[in-house]
Amino acid sequence: MRKIFTALFVVFFGIVLLLGISRTIPLTKYEDKIVPTSAGGAFIEKKVNITTENYKDYKDVIFGETRDAETGSANMVTSVVVNYRAFDTLGEITVLFLAAVGVSLLMGGSGKKKRLGKSGFILKTAAGILFPVMLITGIYIFTHGHLTPGGGFPGGSMIASSFLLLYLADEKFELKLKGFKVAEGVAGTLFIVIGAVGLMAGGYFLMNFLPTGTVGNLFSAGIVPIIYVLIGLKVGSEITGVLSDMMTVEVHE
Amino acid sequence: MMELLNILEWGVSILLIFFALAAVVSKKLLTSIIFLSVLSMAAVAAFALLRAPDVAVTEAVIGSGLVTFIFVTSIRGLRKAGDSI
Repeated sequence: MRKIFTALFVVFFGIVLLLGISRTIPLTKYEDKIVPTSAGGAFIEKKVNITTENYKDYKDVIFGETRDAETGSANMVTSVVVNYRAFDTLGEITVLFLAAVGVSLLMGGSGKKKRLGKSGFILKTAAGILFPVMLITGIYIFTHGHLTPGGGFPGGSMIASSFLLLYLADEKFELKLKGFKVAEGVAGTLFIVIGAVGLMAGGYFLMNFLPTGTVGNLFSAGIVPIIYVLIGLKVGSEITGVLSDMMTVEVHE
Repeated sequence: MMELLNILEWGVSILLIFFALAAVVSKKLLTSIIFLSVLSMAAVAAFALLRAPDVAVTEAVIGSGLVTFIFVTSIRGLRKAGDSI
């Protein structure tokens, strides 16, 4: 119990630190480098000859991030996945939900249960150190999904694997899965509610109805970061439920 | 700089083929699973070199973490059933 409280405190502190850092020191200053495109859409990156003089202006655009995005998100993949094709992402979430339901129907029976495996001293000690780091990294990945590579699915899976580490380290560890189920349901519902608000406001489902802001800031890109946070919470709680179902076996006697 | 990247790409490609073959050829199932996990790590390096960092992050978490866990758990379940695998 004390360990969990310590971990939660570390997580809270880490979130505050992350928010503070990214609000005071922006990771990349995109607003200085907006290159107007004459034709060919907003997502074509200008081919600029990077020489030794202007190298400093362009060196922090590593993986082809766009600088003049219509959606306001610096990561082009995210602007496709969560803005233009957000309905497909809703379908993916549904598929994952059905898979989790199937696993819990098959393996989470209501008999007498036994946990698999034993853990050693090294795993126990390392899990206490690694768990908060993995949790913070997962939260960072889905909070910054519209700026840096990653997003809701990898972030949620990373959160689930941090809980898997706790399961592997302690044989008697049990999560209270009710909270996870509530978080999953609320996140999935809010996703659809946001889409419906777009339908009311503008005319089509999952429209980006919020102002997009400056490209490269944490609070930019309208509904994209909100949806990615919801997806991260939903995927994380779902996969945690699946893993905890797989860690226990029914005992037949 | 360019030559270094080329050499890295060649090395990662050879590692990918080697680990994939090792996963297919190895006799024990557990060894095969561990080789698959290492293959995923090599694939992460390949995706990062090919400038697909989103896929690299996903592959690192799912391919070498969760999938390995699921395979190992199912092998344990098979052993519980009594066959010698």
